[in-house]
Amino acid sequence: MTGWRPRSALPGFGLSLGVTLLWLSAIVLLPLAALALRPWELGVASAWESVTQPRVLAALRLSFGAALAAAALDVPLGLLIAWVLVRYRFPGRRLADAMVDLPFALPTAVAGVALTALYAPNGWVGEPLGASLGWRIAFTPWGVLIALVFVGLPFVVRTVEPVLRDLPAEAEEAAATLGATRAQALRRVVLPALAPALLTGFGLAFARAVGEYGSVIFIAGNLPMLTEIAPLLIVIRLEEFDYAGAAAVGLAMLVLAFGVLLAVNAAQRRLRPWARA
Amino acid sequence: MARRLALLAALLVLAVLFLLPLVAVFAEALRRGWDVALAAIAEPDALAAISLTLLVAAIAVPVNLLGGVAAAWCIAKFDFPGKRLLVTLVELPFAVSPVISGLVWVLLFGAHGWLGPWLQAHGLRIVFALPGLVLATVFVTFPFVARTLIPLMQDQGREEEEAAATLGAGGLQTFFRVTLPNIRWALLSGVLLCNARAMGEFGAVSVVSGHVRGQTNTMPLHVEILYNEYQFAGAFAVAALLALLALVTLGAKALLERLAGRQAGAAG
Amino acid sequence: MTGARTDPSFAAPARRALLAGAAALALPVPARAQEATLLNVSYDPTREFYRDYNAAFATQWRARSGQALRVNTSHGGSGRQARSVIDGLEADVVTLALAYDIDSIADRGLIAADWQARLPQDSAPYTSTIVFLVRKGNPKGLRDWGDLAKPGLQVITPNPKTSGGARWNYLAAWAWAQRQGNPEEFVARLYRNVPVLDTGARGSTTTFAQRGLGDVLLAWENEAHLALKEFGEGRFDIVAPSLSILAEPPVAVVDRVVDRRGTRAVAEAYLQGLYAPEAQRLAARHFYRPRDAAILAEHAATFPSLDLVTIAAFGGWREAQKTHFADGGAFDRLYRPGR
Repeated sequence: MTGWRPRSALPGFGLSLGVTLLWLSAIVLLPLAALALRPWELGVASAWESVTQPRVLAALRLSFGAALAAAALDVPLGLLIAWVLVRYRFPGRRLADAMVDLPFALPTAVAGVALTALYAPNGWVGEPLGASLGWRIAFTPWGVLIALVFVGLPFVVRTVEPVLRDLPAEAEEAAATLGATRAQALRRVVLPALAPALLTGFGLAFARAVGEYGSVIFIAGNLPMLTEIAPLLIVIRLEEFDYAGAAAVGLAMLVLAFGVLLAVNAAQRRLRPWARA
Repeated sequence: MARRLALLAALLVLAVLFLLPLVAVFAEALRRGWDVALAAIAEPDALAAISLTLLVAAIAVPVNLLGGVAAAWCIAKFDFPGKRLLVTLVELPFAVSPVISGLVWVLLFGAHGWLGPWLQAHGLRIVFALPGLVLATVFVTFPFVARTLIPLMQDQGREEEEAAATLGAGGLQTFFRVTLPNIRWALLSGVLLCNARAMGEFGAVSVVSGHVRGQTNTMPLHVEILYNEYQFAGAFAVAALLALLALVTLGAKALLERLAGRQAGAAG
Repeated sequence: MTGARTDPSFAAPARRALLAGAAALALPVPARAQEATLLNVSYDPTREFYRDYNAAFATQWRARSGQALRVNTSHGGSGRQARSVIDGLEADVVTLALAYDIDSIADRGLIAADWQARLPQDSAPYTSTIVFLVRKGNPKGLRDWGDLAKPGLQVITPNPKTSGGARWNYLAAWAWAQRQGNPEEFVARLYRNVPVLDTGARGSTTTFAQRGLGDVLLAWENEAHLALKEFGEGRFDIVAPSLSILAEPPVAVVDRVVDRRGTRAVAEAYLQGLYAPEAQRLAARHFYRPRDAAILAEHAATFPSLDLVTIAAFGGWREAQKTHFADGGAFDRLYRPGR
């Protein structure tokens, strides 16, 4: 610390950094250290075994697969909504805009019971779908997917929206005057400019979805190997007094989630220069 | 034509995915009439859950407000080595499953956690009591304020503050006179979201609560309990109260954003 | 055991400040003078019974000792509740679904190892058994365990890994199949018919009764009767199989907690009171089979006499847990969802 000074004439650096570090280490780093160290107390082999059991692998596959799929679905849906909110003027636009943040504000347990009430075999949506098409949504992986699409969607909308707003409509018009069709303009001009934001939104939606618990457990049915998500497995391990196992699954989730987020970041770094050009 | 279609599709997605669940909550809550719904909310255990939820949020939100503002200040206004790492660490809790956010406190302060024996020897209780609920909530809502402030404060740069500092203003004076007026609406909307999440958190709180009726049950946990007691109307009534809270939050946030927009418009 | 465990790095002022703050919050809200409190940590289906018993016992205790008493309760899956007590939830008494969960708490030294011998009848003041709850009129004609493994049928039962009730369900099916010869094969076929494995007994009842999923629910007898009452008499029928299991949900005082809080007298009285005729009658009214033979006879219409095996047939709970429900046990071997 000695000798080095921040490049700013402003006061309060030491204080604010100190408060930040204290807050960060007490609330985040110390507890996560406990999580990172706990699985190894029974030895590396048993920690490895507790995350490679078929049931754990199936849960991780579901959590990560469904979260990736949900985030991938959120991208076109979120782009569509952001597009409409930015480019169109229509009655009720402000309401629709406020509505987008609902999953941020609505408690996940409430979302869970509501979605279950809708998509259960005797629910408002579940019953007609089941009767006419024979589809079952609640208590299958599709139910998990719907809940995850729900929680992730606002992240995509909210990251794309400001970029879209800054992107002048003239760019598209210019492309159009140069003879580009609408689809071409969209593909060549708009999408590349939005790509980094879409990717960020994807990453955020994924991060939120992969750990989601409250809204999923009501609608999932929780069948081991089939619709059991990894966070639920952590809770189950705890109930079996298997602390090391619970921490091992938790740590595996963290590491994998970081892997995905790093990949998203790397992809973004490759996109950036291209998008700026 | 394409415009119409896009508009229609977007509204349909919003209606099916967002509006319908909301309608379902209120419809289920009122299925057996207003009196049943109101009775479920006025019942002593429900009231205890409501006041506990308010108390937890009242502690967790200021903690994260203070930390978030401090983090935003040093990240947005200064350059220092390790800054990117710090930003990542501040956002870390977003990527952590709520269940893990509860689990870590049990690993730390539970009877078989690192500090459990020491706490027990001194008669202190953290997990399964108010402190545990607060810690889990603080963890989950940790990044909200910092995240809303950092990009804004970075955009605004540091010229205004530097000018104030050269004119002899102290640190706190600079912050309250110069910075705060620029960020107040964003700050408020960050606090609102932080608060909404704090009141609605389920997974993390469920791991550390102990589920004692009237004592360590927050509102979302109370919803689960009523649901498990076959009191569906009651469960949805409390859920509707939470949903109402969410709607108020959204309304207030939309209002703040309009105010912020007007301010930016006036400035520019 | 005491301050010696404080490690020096922990004494950093920052952390101490955090702890001091936490400690200030941890101070219990001062109770009204003279009011005693008990925390009863129980499992899911006992909510209604203990709500009534708590009120009755508080009145009784006040008359006997002049002390006001408030009994708090916590309900949830039996395993989760035991875990909370082990992790430090300050339960004065535990009233759980199976002896194994209380054994687990005893293993951590919170309860004396001989707890089960401290109260009559293996510390289980009421019993129950496992029955079938079917849709009105029994459209699928389900009479006994054998019918449940038929292809195409949907059976609702919770996850034996997390739910105490689910373990009783599983063992009852196993006991019946053992008499037929090949239990592992039968139970495997039975669980192939399970479309949803909820984490607790309550979740399963909701799935079956409220969500309308499945043809038959394997349930505690008390839970089945409660479902009849809560969801309307005309919607379900109870079917008693030819053989079931005697489920004995045990109760115990948590020694470490009552000694620290000075609540041993009231906690012990609370559990002993469960054996008194009034409490036994209350239990019967909430569809638990009372231990008191006379009171059981009064409710013979509700509790048909069944052929019941006990957990002893499986070598006790520790043995059953190890053979069937531990990781790599029989349940893990035979349960193959998604075939």
